[in-house]
Amino acid sequence: MSLPPDLATGKILYLEHVTVSFDGFKALNDLTLYVDPGELRCIIGANGAGKTTMMDVITGKTRPDSGSAWFGRTIDLLALSEPEIAEAGIGRKFQKPTVFEQLTVDENLELALAGKKSFWHSFSATLSGAQLDRIGEVLSITNLLEQRRQPARSLSHGQKQWLEIGMLLMQSPKLLLVDEPVAGMTPQETERTAELLLSLAGDHSVVVVEHDMEFVRSIAKQVTVLHEGHVLAEGTMDQVQSDQRVREVYLGS
Amino acid sequence: MSTSRFFGPGEAGPNATTDRGGTVFLAIVALVAVGVPVLNQFVPSSSPFHLSPYAMTLIGKYMCYAMLALAVDLVWGFCGILSLGHGAFFALGGYGMGMYLMRQIGTRGVYGNPVLPDFMVFLNWTELPWFWYGFDRFWIAALMMVMAPALLATVFGWLAFRSRVTGVYLSIITQALSYALMLAFFRNDMGFGGNNGFTDFKDLLGFDLQAGSTRAVLLAVTAIALGLSYVACRAIVASRAGRVVRAIRDAESRTRFLGYKVETYKLWLFVISAAIAGIAGALYVPQVGIINPSEFAPINSIEMVIWVAVGGRGTLYGAAAGAVLVNYAKTVMTGAFPEIWLYALGALFVLVTIFLPRGVVGLVRRQTS
Repeated sequence: MSLPPDLATGKILYLEHVTVSFDGFKALNDLTLYVDPGELRCIIGANGAGKTTMMDVITGKTRPDSGSAWFGRTIDLLALSEPEIAEAGIGRKFQKPTVFEQLTVDENLELALAGKKSFWHSFSATLSGAQLDRIGEVLSITNLLEQRRQPARSLSHGQKQWLEIGMLLMQSPKLLLVDEPVAGMTPQETERTAELLLSLAGDHSVVVVEHDMEFVRSIAKQVTVLHEGHVLAEGTMDQVQSDQRVREVYLGS
Repeated sequence: MSTSRFFGPGEAGPNATTDRGGTVFLAIVALVAVGVPVLNQFVPSSSPFHLSPYAMTLIGKYMCYAMLALAVDLVWGFCGILSLGHGAFFALGGYGMGMYLMRQIGTRGVYGNPVLPDFMVFLNWTELPWFWYGFDRFWIAALMMVMAPALLATVFGWLAFRSRVTGVYLSIITQALSYALMLAFFRNDMGFGGNNGFTDFKDLLGFDLQAGSTRAVLLAVTAIALGLSYVACRAIVASRAGRVVRAIRDAESRTRFLGYKVETYKLWLFVISAAIAGIAGALYVPQVGIINPSEFAPINSIEMVIWVAVGGRGTLYGAAAGAVLVNYAKTVMTGAFPEIWLYALGALFVLVTIFLPRGVVGLVRRQTS
C-alpha cells in the first residue's frame, strides 16, 4: 500500500498552471486550482469548459502539456499511472454508472475492496471480519442494505449511482471525484444524493462536477466556475452568482 | 460469518452454498462411473440389463465431450471469450495420448520396428524425431497431454489478450489457429502420421485396449475426470476470482479500473480451460481407437459452442448436459438420416439462440420456479 498524501502544506490537491491542448484547442488553459482536505467542492462550467479534462488530468488519463499536479505535498500525479493514482487514494465516479449488472450489490462491493488483486489470490480469498464490516458500513452509507443480495441490474438508476459511489468508498479514497452525480435522477434521489455527498465530506475531500444549479446550491460551500479551460471565479454560490464575469459567460445575463 | 453465507442465494450467479444442479450432475456422473462398468462386465450378455461394449464406448465418448463442453463454458459462459478453437486443445491432448500408445505398439507393428512407429518406417525415416523422445514413458506423455494444450493456450492467449483482441476478432483467430494446426498435422513430414494419424493401438499401461475390462476401467476413469473437472471449474467460478471473471465479461474496462489485471485473469482461465480440453482429448483417443487431423477441423470447434448454447451457457452442468444431448441426437440422426444432420444442427443453434437464450437449463429452471 502507498503512503497517504502529506497534508503538511494545507491542501490535498494542487493543480498549478495546467495546460492541455488537443490539436491546438486548449481544453485547459493555465488552470490553477487547490482543494482543501475534507472539503466538498463543486465545479461548474459550460460544456467544453474543461471539467472532464481536469478530472482526466487528476486521474492520469490525460497528461498535460505543461503545469503540475500534486496530491498532497509529496505525490506527483504526473509521474503515476492510472492504477497507481487510484491506489494512492483518488477515486473517480464516471458520469454513466458502470456497476457489474450480473453481480449482486454485495459482490460489487467485494470486488472493489482494496488489496491484492491477482488471480490466485482472488481464487483463495475469503472476506475477513473487518472487510465484512466495511461492506456493511458502505451499504448503510449508500442506503443499499436492503438490496445487498440483489443483482445490480435490478437497481434503479439512482441506486446504481450510489452503488458506484459505494464501490469507490471501498477503496477508502482520500479524494473523490464525482462526475454529474444527479443527471437523470428523480427529485427524491437527487435529495438523497445530496445527503450522501455531504456525509462523505469531512472524512474525504469530494470534488463534484455538476450542471444542476439547484443541486449545487444545496450542497456546495465552495464553488469553482470554469470557463475556456481556466478558473473564472471561485467562492460561495452567492458570491459566484453575483460575479459579473460569471453572469456574462455562464449564467447568460 | 462465513463468506458462503454472506454471499447466499442470489439469482445473479453461482453461489457456494446451493448448487443443486451441480449436485444432481455429480450424482449422475458417480452413478455412471459405477453403474456402466458393472452393467457391462458383471451382468451376463443374455440379460436385458446388459450394456454392450458399443454402448459403453459411446457413453465414454459423450463424457469426453461433456468435459470439453465444461472447458468451453468456463471461458465463454463466464468470461465471454468465445473460443472457436477448443477443438485444437482437445486434439493436442489426444495426439499426446496417441504418441504414447504408438510407442507402446513396439515390435507388434506391421514392420516390427521396436522404436519407430509404422508410419515412420513407411516414410523411410531411420530415427525417432526429438519431439517423440520420452513418449514411451507414461508419466512424460501424461504431462505432455496437459502441457502441450496449456502451453499453446499460454502463448496464444498472452499475445491475444495483451493486444486486447476481444469479441468476434478473437473468435476468428482461434478458428484460424485450429485450421492452421489441422493443415500442419495433415503434412506427413510433421511427424504425426499425416492424414492417417494414429491408430491400431495395442495397450495402455500394459492393459490390452481391446479387453472389456480395460475399457470398463477407462470409462470409470473418464467419469471421474469429468466429475473432477466439474468440481475444479465450479471452485473457480464460485470464488472471488470467478466473480472478477464475470465482472470482466460484463464491463471489462471497469474491472481494469478497479485494479484487476484483466489480461492475467483471462489468460489463467483460458489455460485452465485448454488443459481440461486436453485431458478430455487424451481420454477420448484410447476409447475411440484413433486420432487424426480431422479432430482439428473448424466445424468441430463450432459444434462445441453449440453444445454449450443448447445446454445453457454459464451453468457448467448445463454445458455438459448439452454436449451429451446434442451428441446423442447426432448419433441417432446420422444413423437414420445422415444427410440432414448438419441442417438439423444449424437449425438447432438458431432456434436455441432465439427461443432458449439460457438453454435447456434455463427452460428447466423456468418450469420449476
